Amino acid sequence: MCLGIPGKILSIYEDHGTKMAKIDFGGVSREVCIEIIPEAKPGDWTVVHAGFALNLLSEKDAQETLNILREMSELAEQEENIHRD
Amino acid sequence: MTDVNSPDFLKSYRDATLVKKVITQIHQRITQPWTLMEICGGQTHAIMQFGLDQLLPKEIELVHGPGCPVCVTALELIDQALWIARQPEVIFTSFGDMLRVPGSEGDLFSVRAFSGQVRVVYSPLDAVKIADDHPDREVVFFAIGFETTAPANAMAVIQAKKLGLKNFSILPANVLVPPAMHAILANPKNRIQGFLAAGHVCAVMGYWEYPPIAEKYQTPIVVTGFEPLDLVNGILKTITLLEEGQVSVVNAYPRVVTYQGNQAAQTLIKKVFKSVDRNWRGIGTIPKSGFGLQDAYQEFDASKRFDIGKIKTEESEICIAGQILQGLKKPSQCPAFGTLCTPETPLGAPMVSSEGACAAYYRYGRN
Amino acid sequence: MTQENSDHIQMQGPLCPIPHHHTDTVIISHGSGGQMTHDLIQNIFQDQIGNQYLAEGNDAARILFEQLEGQLAISTDAHVVSPIFYPGGDIGRLSVCGTVNDVAMLGAKPSFLTAAFILEEGFPIQSLYQIVSSIALACKEADVQIVAGDTKVVEKGNADGVFITTTGFGIIPPNRQIGGQFAQTGDAVLISGTLGDHGIAVLQARGDLGFDSGIQSDVAPLNHMITELLEAVPSVHVLRDPTRGGLATSLNEISCQSQIAIKLDEETIPIQPEVRTACEMLGFDPLYLANEGKVIIILPEKYAQKALETIRKSPYGHKAMRIGSVFHDNPGHVFLNTAYGTTRILDMLSGELLPRIC
Repeated sequence: MCLGIPGKILSIYEDHGTKMAKIDFGGVSREVCIEIIPEAKPGDWTVVHAGFALNLLSEKDAQETLNILREMSELAEQEENIHRD
Repeated sequence: MTDVNSPDFLKSYRDATLVKKVITQIHQRITQPWTLMEICGGQTHAIMQFGLDQLLPKEIELVHGPGCPVCVTALELIDQALWIARQPEVIFTSFGDMLRVPGSEGDLFSVRAFSGQVRVVYSPLDAVKIADDHPDREVVFFAIGFETTAPANAMAVIQAKKLGLKNFSILPANVLVPPAMHAILANPKNRIQGFLAAGHVCAVMGYWEYPPIAEKYQTPIVVTGFEPLDLVNGILKTITLLEEGQVSVVNAYPRVVTYQGNQAAQTLIKKVFKSVDRNWRGIGTIPKSGFGLQDAYQEFDASKRFDIGKIKTEESEICIAGQILQGLKKPSQCPAFGTLCTPETPLGAPMVSSEGACAAYYRYGRN
Repeated sequence: MTQENSDHIQMQGPLCPIPHHHTDTVIISHGSGGQMTHDLIQNIFQDQIGNQYLAEGNDAARILFEQLEGQLAISTDAHVVSPIFYPGGDIGRLSVCGTVNDVAMLGAKPSFLTAAFILEEGFPIQSLYQIVSSIALACKEADVQIVAGDTKVVEKGNADGVFITTTGFGIIPPNRQIGGQFAQTGDAVLISGTLGDHGIAVLQARGDLGFDSGIQSDVAPLNHMITELLEAVPSVHVLRDPTRGGLATSLNEISCQSQIAIKLDEETIPIQPEVRTACEMLGFDPLYLANEGKVIIILPEKYAQKALETIRKSPYGHKAMRIGSVFHDNPGHVFLNTAYGTTRILDMLSGELLPRIC
């Protein structure tokens, strides 16, 4: 129910008193309402759904999750090799 | 944005090698059959699109939950939408998903073809713009969606009020996830042992509502995202909890989801909406499971603005959507699946939405 | 109609009898067949696309076929695209390229076109001029001539600006058999370039979905590229341009016509990153979007590499890729092998592509 895709904030402005941003999704840009992420700044990442930014996207957390999964996979592989030997 | 040009911390969530490694771990971890439900239609779509269900151990049964607002929007609401759309002064705006959902008689698509002005919008704010551009017409927006879409729907109402628009209204149809989870888990026929919670609903609402649910029904819940790596990670965590006999709520989508969720979003929602009882198509009325407009914004309620009158609401007798949405039956067990009921000639909503369990099965699962 | 004239005029029905020599917009009289029609044809059409056939001034064209061996390929198309102008093209270019390509898909050399215009009253003359300009340019590029045409005007509201119907003719050389029914087990499946460009360019131009990208329609005449291909590799079995319904729909049609199955490798299918992003934003699958300058080529495996090398030399074939193969099991179906080693069925497009939030 939630087609949300990540995008990078290029610029922030106001439209009739509503906080908006121009967001780049990788060569495609769109005007998005960022009223619920008031702390956002240009350069931040966010997830956008129906023309609305839902939350900031943390690059740090994204990387951490990847690191953990990569480590776990390596450990699992090592265990597998030990069992085989 | 997960293509060659996107940064590593995003595109790695589609890395086939890493996805397969996590799946290997699922195979290693599992010792018995488990039945999981992914609550979100977007997750169903992603699983089917990438064929991830083909890689999982046979012991895992993935049941597709009622996480598709298209599928669960009450028939009466669809019929109301059709009635409003047929009024000559109305420009009816909606997300594309709703265009082909069958009402008792026809769908929005056929209204567009036949007489009415029905326009697809990508965002509720586009509907407000249409109202601003057409002061001589009544513009109505079909406000469906889960909590994910509620802030955008709320913002549309607020913007319309700010602009002083007298010709804009919404047909409130938002539904909420936690009450649906309660309803599914409380059903004596329930088989669901673990939940993949909807990542973007949680981005808005947080996941503070889930520990009481997990505790009450002794069912682990894992907040899960939508990329292939997110999905297999969510499944791995759920299986791990089940195998270890642990009942807890885990956040497997921390890059977007926090425990408290987006406070500004929740404030915005509360300002415009209040919880109301809502009828879920195929399931029945679930208390406090929908959003209606607060008194201060009643003027924007399309169901009150128009004198809709009596509509005869008739559900297809053959369609077993309700049982499918609750995970009690699979689409392949429906007598009409693939014969009377296809994406071109849908009998019920789950065949229309590309996330609907039936459409997903039809498109991706008929190998 | 000036004020001083209006008092003296006896209106006969809804037609305005006064000829105007300068109008900014199309009016009903332009379609009446009289002086105004002649003026319109002369100033807008003849000036830009005139040739010896049209110059004869009859209601039909006389064509001398020097080579009467082989088969005649004929195709017709109605073009109602909205918006009329979009990044990379317009309805004029589309109407020529669409029909030229359909004829070329049978391995024929497109030579002649007819073009019938239905104009909506009030349509700007400047826009019409621009469209015919595009037609002239496209004809020149494709090396085809428009030999017969027609113009009608309908009342405001009865057409969306302009509708164009084109019919194309060409000769298929003897002993050439190319068609959707000729795919064979073991054949390779190629595509001449990136998918979804036209579909997204048109959507963007409609403005409803509010996004900006640099995506241009790929609308182009492919007949020269196909001629070169067939000279290098005569044994091509199938040529098809994946227009409405996209690659998935065209391949499904071919798999039914030939009673074979096609399996594609998802990772090899060329799609521009911006198109992929736009699709993800809207919830579209790029394999179902229209293309107006691409060709699917199905041919014996042993010629696949040579075919790719030949096409890649053409300006419209730089990004050509091999994307799959033909099998005999599960005839009438198309399958997609994903990057994860899984397989899913790729159905035909059902209904209309609609953006989704879900």
